Amino acid sequence: MSKVIVVTSGKGGVGKTTTSASFSSGLALRGNKTVVIDFDVGLRNLDLIMGCERRVVYDIINVINGEVSLKQALIKDKNCDNLYILPASQTRDKEALNLEGVERILNELKESFEYIVCDSPAGIESGAFTAMYFADEALVVTNPEVSSVRDSDRILGILAAKSKRAVDGLDPVKEHLLVTRYDPKRVEAGEMLSVVDIQEILRIPLLGVIPESESVLQASNAGTPAIHLDKSDVAEAYRDVVGRFMGDEKLPMRFVNVEKKSFLKRLLGGR
Amino acid sequence: MSMIAGLISYLRGNEKKTAVVAKERLQIILAHERAGRGAPAADYLPALQEELMAVIAKYVHIDRESINVQLEKHGEYDVLELNITLPDKMRNIQ
Repeated sequence: MSKVIVVTSGKGGVGKTTTSASFSSGLALRGNKTVVIDFDVGLRNLDLIMGCERRVVYDIINVINGEVSLKQALIKDKNCDNLYILPASQTRDKEALNLEGVERILNELKESFEYIVCDSPAGIESGAFTAMYFADEALVVTNPEVSSVRDSDRILGILAAKSKRAVDGLDPVKEHLLVTRYDPKRVEAGEMLSVVDIQEILRIPLLGVIPESESVLQASNAGTPAIHLDKSDVAEAYRDVVGRFMGDEKLPMRFVNVEKKSFLKRLLGGR
Repeated sequence: MSMIAGLISYLRGNEKKTAVVAKERLQIILAHERAGRGAPAADYLPALQEELMAVIAKYVHIDRESINVQLEKHGEYDVLELNITLPDKMRNIQ
C-alpha cells in the first residue's frame, strides 16, 4: 500500500522544500519507489533544490488538464534510481490545481510508487490545502521560533478537521514533528525554544531534529539535496529521520545537545 | 533598560530567558486559538459584551476597556469568564 506524505508548515522559509528533497531522496536510497510532487504553483522551487530545473518540460497542471501523460511529466532524479520528480507549473494559475485532478494523479501514482511526497507551499490557501488534503501522514516542519510554532499548530488544526481522512471519518492523518534549524548552543543559553518545549506545545511525536547548518545553503547552491552531502550533520540528521520514519525506533535522537569538543579539537581551534 | 539596571538584574540572576518567555507566550495564545477552533466560534461574545456594558453603565460609570468577556475551554467544559474593573473612585467608596 502506497503512502501519501505531505511536508507542511504554514510558515514559509522553515525548510519544507529542503526537507521534501532530502526526505524523498532518503526514502529512495533505501530502495523505495518514491515520487516527490511540488505543489507550489507559480513559485516552484523543488526543481532547483533537486537540481533538475533544466530538464522540466511539462508540469502537474499539464497532467491535470490532460495535455500530457503522467509519464511524460515525471523527471527521473539524477542521484537516485528510485526517485521521480513532478514539478509545479511556474506560469499557470493556482486555481488549476483542483482536488479532482490531484486525486486522479495520486491514484495513478499509487499504482507504481510506494511513497508519494507532497511538498506544500507556505500559507493555508488552496495550494497548501490541496497538498495536504489527501495525505496519510504529515511531516510538520517547525523552526524553534514563535511564529513557526504557532503556524504549525494552525496546520495541525486543519489536518485534524479538514483533510480527506478527517472528512471521511477515517483514522486521522499521522503527524510527525520535524524541528529544523536547531541550534543546541542557543537552546542551552536559553535563547531558543528547546525540542522538548516545542513538543510540549504542539503535542505530536518527534520524528527528528535537523541542526542549523551552513551546508544547507551549499546544497541548494549546487542543486543536490542535503542528504547527499559528505560529512555533513544535516545529511546524517535526514538519514536518521528517514530511518525513524521507516520504523527504526532504536535510532538515538542526535544533534539535540551541544557537542562536547575534545581537548585536542579545542587546542587546534576547530569549530 | 539602562546598562546599570541590566547589570543589576544580571547579577541578581532574575532576568527571564527569552526562550522561557517564548514558551509562555505560545502556550497562552495557542490555548486561545485552539479554543476558537473546533467548536463553533462564540460569535455572540461581542454582543454580550455590549449588553453587559449597557446594564452596568446604568449603575456605575465604566468604559469599554474595563469589561472583558472570554470563553475558555477547560477539558469538556466551556467557561465564560467576565472581568469587570470598577473605576478607582468606586473601589474607595466600597
